[in-house]
Amino acid sequence: MSLDKFKAWFRQASFYAEEAYNAPYRSAIARAKREQDDLFMLLIFSEMMGVPNPASYYTLELQPLLMERFHDWHIRMGMEHSPLDNVKCC
Amino acid sequence: MNAIFLMLMGLGAMALGYFVYSKFICEKIFKVDPNFRTPAHEMQDGVDYVPTNKYILWGHHFTSVAGAAPIIGPAIAVIWGWVPAFLWVVFGTIFFAGVHDAGAIWASSRNKAKSIGALTGDIVGNRARSIFMIVIFLVLLMVNAVFAVVIAGQLISFPSATIPVWGAIVVALIIGQLIYRKNMSLLLVTIVGVVALYGMIYVGPMLPLALPEMVGPLSDNQSWIILLFVYAAIASLLPVWMLLQPRDYINGIQLFIGLILLYGAVLISGPDVVAPAFNNDVPEGTPSLIPLLFVTIACGAISGFHGLVSSGTTSKQLDKEPDVRFVGYFGAVGEGSLALAAIIAATAGFATLADWQAIYSGFGKGGVSAFITGGANILQAGIGLDTVLSQTLLTVMVVLFAGTTMDTGLRLQRYIFQEWGSIYNIGWMQKAAPATLLAVGSCLLLAFGAGGDGSGGLMIWPLFGTTNQLLAGLTLLVITVMLVKLRRPMWYTLAPLIFLLIMTTLGLLIQLKSFYDKGDWFLFTMDLIVLVAAILVSLECSSALNKQLKANKANPAAEEA
Repeated sequence: MSLDKFKAWFRQASFYAEEAYNAPYRSAIARAKREQDDLFMLLIFSEMMGVPNPASYYTLELQPLLMERFHDWHIRMGMEHSPLDNVKCC
Repeated sequence: MNAIFLMLMGLGAMALGYFVYSKFICEKIFKVDPNFRTPAHEMQDGVDYVPTNKYILWGHHFTSVAGAAPIIGPAIAVIWGWVPAFLWVVFGTIFFAGVHDAGAIWASSRNKAKSIGALTGDIVGNRARSIFMIVIFLVLLMVNAVFAVVIAGQLISFPSATIPVWGAIVVALIIGQLIYRKNMSLLLVTIVGVVALYGMIYVGPMLPLALPEMVGPLSDNQSWIILLFVYAAIASLLPVWMLLQPRDYINGIQLFIGLILLYGAVLISGPDVVAPAFNNDVPEGTPSLIPLLFVTIACGAISGFHGLVSSGTTSKQLDKEPDVRFVGYFGAVGEGSLALAAIIAATAGFATLADWQAIYSGFGKGGVSAFITGGANILQAGIGLDTVLSQTLLTVMVVLFAGTTMDTGLRLQRYIFQEWGSIYNIGWMQKAAPATLLAVGSCLLLAFGAGGDGSGGLMIWPLFGTTNQLLAGLTLLVITVMLVKLRRPMWYTLAPLIFLLIMTTLGLLIQLKSFYDKGDWFLFTMDLIVLVAAILVSLECSSALNKQLKANKANPAAEEA
């Protein structure tokens, strides 16, 4: 077997192994990650919702970066529209 | 009768079932459509709904449904002789399990990949849905209790397996860390992990480890059971990537290695089946073959648990609708072949009929030990593996399967308690730790309640089978009602459904009488609860079908779909 053939075979085998390893738990892990992200979101936007946060000076800086995910987040938290007056996403 | 012949006959029949019967069912009855947009495409989100290659999906489906149950059931049931168990496994796989599993995936994928529980609510009615929840809870309760008892028994009978069994957990933990934190190549980690596991299996017989006969006031059996539940409780609370994911993966690999070794050894050594074809001389206390055979072998012939897997995760990842045939039906064939291996090991792995009879000295006596002892003899004769080593290997295989089922089952039970907590507004019950404690408590109650020293757990094996069959019955009902709605032939799912309901109800009645005679009021009550559920399921079936048939008659103009 030439080296290239072996490499191709190895890649194929790796793909199947990774899929076999990940496919069953993809959703459970994504859900756990989302839960952590949601908590992080709450920390970042806590000051704006009236929850005092000693690190708000730093979290303010992160807000624009998380803006993209803000809409999905408030929908997931059961709020149809943005809970913040100054953030209008929908 | 040579075991090679038995093996070829069984595998051949199941292959025929796959190539002919499943083609008929999928194309003519389910009418699977290659152009149908499956939920995996329709609702693709990269998390739950991911179109997956059918071979990978099959592997995932097969390893989630295959466990210790298709080994334990057949290994107990050969007490009536090998013919009844063999026939029920083969025909059950072809006409019951395959149709049930493929049908559950099909039904779910045609209904936005909803779980069978939710579908029962939509298609049959809300009352049926409540029954469904209760039956699921009972199945989980019994499977946890039974498996704890089985594992404890094996760890006592085969102390050489203690180190590899617990060591496998350490290996899984390390693999999880290497992959998750270090991002190492999976293939490499796999090889290291498998070598480490089999290394420990090799070391096991040199360092057999057993608990002292009495640990304080508890016997060794009782202490193992409690230790197992402590482990399962902790494991069910850990994040899945830490232990569950790597261990499932190793178990999957182990399953294939184990099957290949066993079938290979049978082919090489060609042992004779020493057990009688029909056992006319069953030990005292063995219940009658009909109906108990059909509830003793649940997984391996038909199992409701498969419907939960099929509709819960598999249907969300189905790439094309015709894949249900390979994933669902062939998944059932895989499970059937595991059950067949268990039958062969438990009937052909003994030198003489007297040896076999010595192991099967009473109902529920043979079971897993017979599978391990017999299978080890076959491995020894076939590939020359040392007997004790072979026993360790097979014990590890069974115990790891049962262990995985235990902590998954405990996790699911916890979810049910948490859900009840939120339905009835009980704050503390919604938290993970107290809900887990409740789940463990109920399982321990059953394991010890069934027999004072915890050894009576196997008494509930047929009871577990009946609940599992009831679950399968509910899934078949959903499929049948769907088929009637579409004006397609219903007998291919209705006939197995009726058969199952009759056998479970009869089985429950017979067991009820035996518990009454023994004065075992705990199991008597359990049996009664399941019996009530069985009757309710039967009533639901007839009323739901009647309603649909009447609706069809009232509206004959509707086109056939």
